[in-house]
Amino acid sequence: MTTEPISTQPQRKVRNFALLSNRAGAAFMLPAGLLVSVFVIVPFFWVIFVSFTNRTLIGKTALNPDFVGLGNYLALFDPATFFQRGQFGFSLILTTQFVLMSALVGQALLGLLLAWLIQTVPPWIKRITETFVIAAWILPEVVIGFAWFAFLDRDAGTLNMLLTGLGLPPGDFLLQQPFWVIVVFNTWRGAAFSMMLFNSAFSSIPPSYFQAADVAGASSWQKFRDIGLPLIRGHIVTDLILITMWTFNTFTPFLLTNGGPSYRTELVSIYNYRVAFQDFQFGKGAAVGVIMMLINLAFALIYLRLGRKKAPKS
Amino acid sequence: MASVEFKSVTKSFGDFKAVSEVNFNIGDGEFVCLLGPSGCGKTTSLRMMAGLETPTSGQILIGGDEVTHLHPKDRNIAMVFQDYALYPHMNLADNIAYPLKVRGEAVANRHGRAREVADVLKIGHLMDRLPSQISGGQQQRTSLARALVYPAKVYLFDEPLSNLDAKLRLEARGFLNHLQRDMGMTAVYVTHDQAEAMALATRIAVMDQGKIVQYASPIEIYRRPATTFVANFVGNPPMNLVEVDGTQAGGQLVLKGEGLAMAGLPMTDAIGNALASSSKLTLGVRPEHLSLTAAGATNSISAPLFANENMGPESLVTIDRGEGARVTARIFTDDHLHVSDQVSLSFSAEHVHLFDAMGKRIPAVGE
Repeated sequence: MTTEPISTQPQRKVRNFALLSNRAGAAFMLPAGLLVSVFVIVPFFWVIFVSFTNRTLIGKTALNPDFVGLGNYLALFDPATFFQRGQFGFSLILTTQFVLMSALVGQALLGLLLAWLIQTVPPWIKRITETFVIAAWILPEVVIGFAWFAFLDRDAGTLNMLLTGLGLPPGDFLLQQPFWVIVVFNTWRGAAFSMMLFNSAFSSIPPSYFQAADVAGASSWQKFRDIGLPLIRGHIVTDLILITMWTFNTFTPFLLTNGGPSYRTELVSIYNYRVAFQDFQFGKGAAVGVIMMLINLAFALIYLRLGRKKAPKS
Repeated sequence: MASVEFKSVTKSFGDFKAVSEVNFNIGDGEFVCLLGPSGCGKTTSLRMMAGLETPTSGQILIGGDEVTHLHPKDRNIAMVFQDYALYPHMNLADNIAYPLKVRGEAVANRHGRAREVADVLKIGHLMDRLPSQISGGQQQRTSLARALVYPAKVYLFDEPLSNLDAKLRLEARGFLNHLQRDMGMTAVYVTHDQAEAMALATRIAVMDQGKIVQYASPIEIYRRPATTFVANFVGNPPMNLVEVDGTQAGGQLVLKGEGLAMAGLPMTDAIGNALASSSKLTLGVRPEHLSLTAAGATNSISAPLFANENMGPESLVTIDRGEGARVTARIFTDDHLHVSDQVSLSFSAEHVHLFDAMGKRIPAVGE
């Protein structure tokens, strides 16, 4: 029988060299550190502070805001108005639906499907697909927002022109189906990231795994279910958490619908913007910001935990 | 079990012809080794049998049916990969039973069958382990078990032993040999190790630059190599090849070369034909057919000693005829030879191989 030892995981070596002395390194870090403090760390604590006041842009409380304790938070979670349109709860539920449909179902599923399909196509089709999908991803938000607005516009939009040309009835999608418009928009916008992530994950699986399955008689679906999917599970978890966070915070749908009509596409980020910068209730807006920060923190902690669990394995 | 046939199969990658107009036939129940150096087209040939590569032209038949463009899953073949291709997330039972799973066998059935095969391969007690938790030799047998778990027409092996250490490789080789004879399976086995090919095959196809140079039984390849390439590839150490100048004198062939002292060899028509095109011939003698002799003996070759390597039961004595032309002998000797001593190695005329200027074998008398 075999006697050679079971192969052990190679220990990662700690690199014991530095390009700069500690002091020189600190000197280089200082300007960046100062900027980060001024523009990130100070506002972070400032927002938390403001969320406990009734600070506004104009009026008496602009100069001398009162400390209201948890007043802003209690107002946000007031059961009487929580689920009403244009209120925090409504916006939070809408965002949850938006994340579920556009990130988890739309982006992740579509990205996974595309990534799997381009594994087997000829290389030139793969390259073209990648180029187009990435193009959708690297375009600036405002450009995309305008492009989609031009696409969906009722009177001069490309989509309605196409529909009319095909003899189908045109529609005013931005008014009639605003939620589904932003879901499709965000799916289109973000599927590229998931596709690229899953694509690289699939590429990292040794080709002999799939060839062995081919020879053994497995169909494409069986290869996906039994080999492809289980071997990229870690990447899927990473992807789901990242796109959940991004979609939760996304503001771009504002460019298409302004949060309307009648608050039907008012995601929490847009709600936050409206409260703080249209209604000028800084205190309440800051409270929304703090709650969003806490939700993001929860996601980030889950993400870091999973990342740390995975690290010693790889 | 089934036969395999290649009909003028060519595979090009761009301008490079990996396999060029290859024809051969593997009989039912044969164990054929594709032997050759890296890049000779042996693995490409195997992958075309499996359906993992598609020939540029030509036909491939398995069991008489054309399969040239058939998907691997429709060919009913089994294959063992060089890197084993075990699924890291499945335990051994699931790995071995996977081909049965995709065939829709129930869990109990397929695990039972996997256990049977695993027991034969002496890994039955490891069924709950993951591939990362077993040794290299056990991984190799797991991948073998996965190939054996279902009845296939042809079993394909892509250098399955090359990742094992020397001792395990010997053990696995013996086991494979026994298994194939026991099951009578049709097997195609790719290797660059001539010892593996000699030990396992019923026939060896020696490949070079996309072509089959010789396709014959191991003993035939050892005794009558078709070209200097085959002569130089098979044998450990390989056959000594000495450039000589041949002339016909008094109805005999006289060979002249640096340090060479030979009696005339009987002339044949084949030798005459070879001499007609060029007097440059190659003399081949296997290391095991050489022995130490006194200086100036007939049928001997003399030169200063280059190295004397004691291997235990035998020694490898190498002499240097200048410009890197070395001759090695496998000798059972305790003699103390010193570097640069003049050493003579003798051989008998019956062990002489002759090759013409193109490197093709000149048949000996009676061949």
